[in-house]
Amino acid sequence: MKLKLRRTIKDPRNEGELFRRRALAGFALILLGLAGLIGRYVFLQVTRYDEFATRSENNRVKPLPIAPARGLIFDRNGVLLADNVPAFRLEVVPDQVKDMKAMLADLGQVVPLGQDDLDAFHKQLKQSRRFESVPLKMRLTEDEIDRFAVNRWRFPGVDVVPYQNRRYPLGELFAHVIGYVSRIDADDLDRLDPSLYKGTTHVGRIGIERSYEDVLHGTPGYQLVEVNADGRTQRVLQTHPAMAGKNIYLSIDARIQKAAEQALDGHAGAAVAIDPRNGQVLAMVSVPTFDPNLFVDGISRADYQTLTTAPDKPLLNRALRGVYPPGSTVKPFVALGGLELGLRTPADSVLSTGTFCIPGTTFCRRDDRRGGFGTVNLRMAIMWSVNTYFYKLALDMGIDRFSQWMGRFGFGKPTGIDLDGESSGILPSREWKEKRYKKPWFPGETIIAGIGQGYWTVTPIQLAHALGILAGHGMPYAPRLVMATQTDVDAPKQPLPNAPTGPSVISNPSEWQAVVQGMEMVVNDPRGTGYGLGKGFPYTVAGKSGTAERYSRHTDAYNENTNLAYLASRHRAWFEMFAPAEEPRIAVVVALEEGAWGASSAGPIARKILDAWLATQPDAPPDTPLPPGGLPAPGTAPAGGAPASASSAVLQDLPQDTSPGEPADASSQENPG
Amino acid sequence: MIELLQVRTRRLLRRVLTRPRIDLPLAAGLLLLAAAGLCTLYSAADGDVGQVGGQAVRFVLGFVLMLLISRIPPSALRNWTPWLYAGSTLLLVVVSVLGEGRGADRWLNLGIMRFQPSELAKLTMPMMVAWYLHPRQLPPRWKDIAMVGAMIAVPAYLIGKQPDLGTALLVAAAGGFALFLSGMAWWRIGLLLVGAASMAPVAWHFMHGYQRGRILTMLNPESDPLGNGWHIIQSQIAVGSGGAFGKGWMHSSQAQLDFLPEHTTDFIFAVFSEEFGLVGVCLMVLLYAFIIGRCLWIAMEARDTYSRLLAGAIGMSLFVYVFVNGGMVSGMLPVVGVPMPMVSYGGTSAVTLLVGFGMLMSIHAHRKRHD
Repeated sequence: MKLKLRRTIKDPRNEGELFRRRALAGFALILLGLAGLIGRYVFLQVTRYDEFATRSENNRVKPLPIAPARGLIFDRNGVLLADNVPAFRLEVVPDQVKDMKAMLADLGQVVPLGQDDLDAFHKQLKQSRRFESVPLKMRLTEDEIDRFAVNRWRFPGVDVVPYQNRRYPLGELFAHVIGYVSRIDADDLDRLDPSLYKGTTHVGRIGIERSYEDVLHGTPGYQLVEVNADGRTQRVLQTHPAMAGKNIYLSIDARIQKAAEQALDGHAGAAVAIDPRNGQVLAMVSVPTFDPNLFVDGISRADYQTLTTAPDKPLLNRALRGVYPPGSTVKPFVALGGLELGLRTPADSVLSTGTFCIPGTTFCRRDDRRGGFGTVNLRMAIMWSVNTYFYKLALDMGIDRFSQWMGRFGFGKPTGIDLDGESSGILPSREWKEKRYKKPWFPGETIIAGIGQGYWTVTPIQLAHALGILAGHGMPYAPRLVMATQTDVDAPKQPLPNAPTGPSVISNPSEWQAVVQGMEMVVNDPRGTGYGLGKGFPYTVAGKSGTAERYSRHTDAYNENTNLAYLASRHRAWFEMFAPAEEPRIAVVVALEEGAWGASSAGPIARKILDAWLATQPDAPPDTPLPPGGLPAPGTAPAGGAPASASSAVLQDLPQDTSPGEPADASSQENPG
Repeated sequence: MIELLQVRTRRLLRRVLTRPRIDLPLAAGLLLLAAAGLCTLYSAADGDVGQVGGQAVRFVLGFVLMLLISRIPPSALRNWTPWLYAGSTLLLVVVSVLGEGRGADRWLNLGIMRFQPSELAKLTMPMMVAWYLHPRQLPPRWKDIAMVGAMIAVPAYLIGKQPDLGTALLVAAAGGFALFLSGMAWWRIGLLLVGAASMAPVAWHFMHGYQRGRILTMLNPESDPLGNGWHIIQSQIAVGSGGAFGKGWMHSSQAQLDFLPEHTTDFIFAVFSEEFGLVGVCLMVLLYAFIIGRCLWIAMEARDTYSRLLAGAIGMSLFVYVFVNGGMVSGMLPVVGVPMPMVSYGGTSAVTLLVGFGMLMSIHAHRKRHD
């Protein structure tokens, strides 16, 4: 810059004069511009004054938004799950009411107004502008409409307005899937695009209604209407119709859903069925549930109180947000990991002596059966749920390879299902523990992870997702609830494709075969922990039970108590199942918050879901469902059930060895569900 | 260190209070404008004391900042200029990367308050152009014009793509005015304007859908009766029905019946026009013209090129606010987010304006001595 100064000669006097001329020229131009502006106002305010004064006087034409009809929701076969029903509501334009308190008191004589209505009204009144109409009472009865019509002249600024009310015909059955819509509140107003939500009173709050809000909502239209001095519509001049939201088809089959809910029979828990070939969710149930219709018009305080304070938490979506230790259900995944990582062959066997100690330490964990299971290979280890096999395998894998392998089945992260708010559970790893507890990893924790205990937690949807990947020969698909959309009930459905989220997890089909055979033996071999669950089913069933402790034990002592109610209060029961075992088309996961044993409590529920699915398959061979009351007796010979009865003998006669991991996976016959 | 700072601050405050360096005519004009603005807002906000109070607080803050900044000598401002310009441009880049705001990413969240870096650019832009031209031989040649053009283009582009066309226009105009005042030859100005006009189709190509929509809507308001077209029609009805003498304060039926949207912010001048009529409009425009004229007078009295250009550019940009907002409200220009200075509710623009006037006060205090 200094160089520049030297080269050029600045002439301050000249520059000052130059600036003065420029400033004057600029000011002249500005005055010209302002004069032009005033000219425009002269044109509007003088020349066209009469025209605009008249238009202002007669400014009675207002655009009124028309809310779009919300898209309907169907199950995969077209069973209506969310409907719009015409209804009427009372609306008040505060600007036109002289004395709100007196008016409400008078109006209360004509149309009964509940305290909840009034509370909601006053809340919204504070949030809206004076000339915006505020809903006062939703879903008027015919009688109320008639009575108001007669008295309407007494209430300027109050009007009956038609609208479409959301209704869930199957109510509780789909509450945790579809969720519900509810009145738009102040927080929503900040979030939503006002131009799209003009005239709309409800917005998807949870479930499909929320995650597919953009699809379901549609585009508003408007009407140009002439209003009188009270602001009441006199005449509709023009109508630009709204564009309704798209209909949605769930992949859920309402029949399977119903069967799953009935099978759970009021016991707190969840059941999820997935088609492993594409990730479509066929049923997703969380028990207990609630009536979503209560929320549509604003739930009453009393009802809400009941729902939130109920000890079994009906509002909690257990399928999505319930996190439980997976227990033995992860053993097939661990076994497959051993094969895929080249640490085991299916024939490799391990000696189960009843106790397994980490070599060189005194850190020991026990098997379910006192004295152990003898020499077991992979298939037998799955069939019997032999802890020692998996302790050892997990130790050989090491926690890093272990959690990396399990991560490929989606453990420890959200499944990506098309619903908001799923929990990610916890997949234990060195990094996770360092982050969470700032402590190093211990080998003892690795062996516990090998049997699905310790820090490990999963949600039912997560386990179903993982099972779907396993059953589907390793192809990972994110679970999907919505199968197709549709612009109109008569229009063709537009399927929503669900591409796999990555390449297959499994490289060797014969290894897959070995693991699945082990799972077939669980339900079909008389020695299996879930023997009998596949009986009478026309396709081969594969499964695995899991029983996880709800509370960690403080002592290493054997638990002598065999009372089922007592055990149920201590255990969570799992069962995972898929069929046909060769080419799986359905994978089911059942979780019971209070279940004595995985196989006996959760197993029959899973089977009932399979039965319901089979009934929906037109070309399926006949089915012989399990008799009510639990599993059929396992064959005849007392020895036939030898290991199983040994296992049950554990239950009946022997003190139990379940610490610190899982209690024994139940055998069947003596433990009716 | 801290004690020294305290002593200095106390001394500064005492000086601000006892010997304020203010230009009385300019300060009087601004106070009158602020008062008129608050009255209009009171009516437009339908007697909402909260909104008026909030606006008053902003004004007080703005005037205090104005007094404080008037103590900073122009030479200090000039020394800081490149840093301030670089800082504001950097902030604009940051906003474009991680800004937040509904629809338009204009805000930077500072934790305690949200902050619009584009407001800062309204001041740093003319400062930078003045700083650049200050040591150079004037009138500027093509090379310097090109440099200034680049200085204007970068922040204006960053703001324009936020997208905030109104502020981009204001920022670019402030820089452009400084260049104009530096004495850039008329034929060069003419050539640039012709060039810019021929670029219009290109600009059209790069506009957002809604920005094109606004221009189309201005040409044919009936085409969008729910959105901007509605704004324009109702705003014109408000202005026109005010007539020569207006409907009187607090009697804007258009605003009160909610026919006029945004009637406390961008369209508040329609409420003013409806209530005070053509007479009011003329008086208001005269007041703005007086303030602009006073700014230019201060600029002419200034001691050096930097002060002259800065003062003149700040004064002239006030015209852009008035012209664009007044034109928009009367349906002469498309709807862009430019407020009516000191009248429209909200935003930090009133504070920015007053900070700018603080610089003018300082320049005035350091004017040439007539001997």
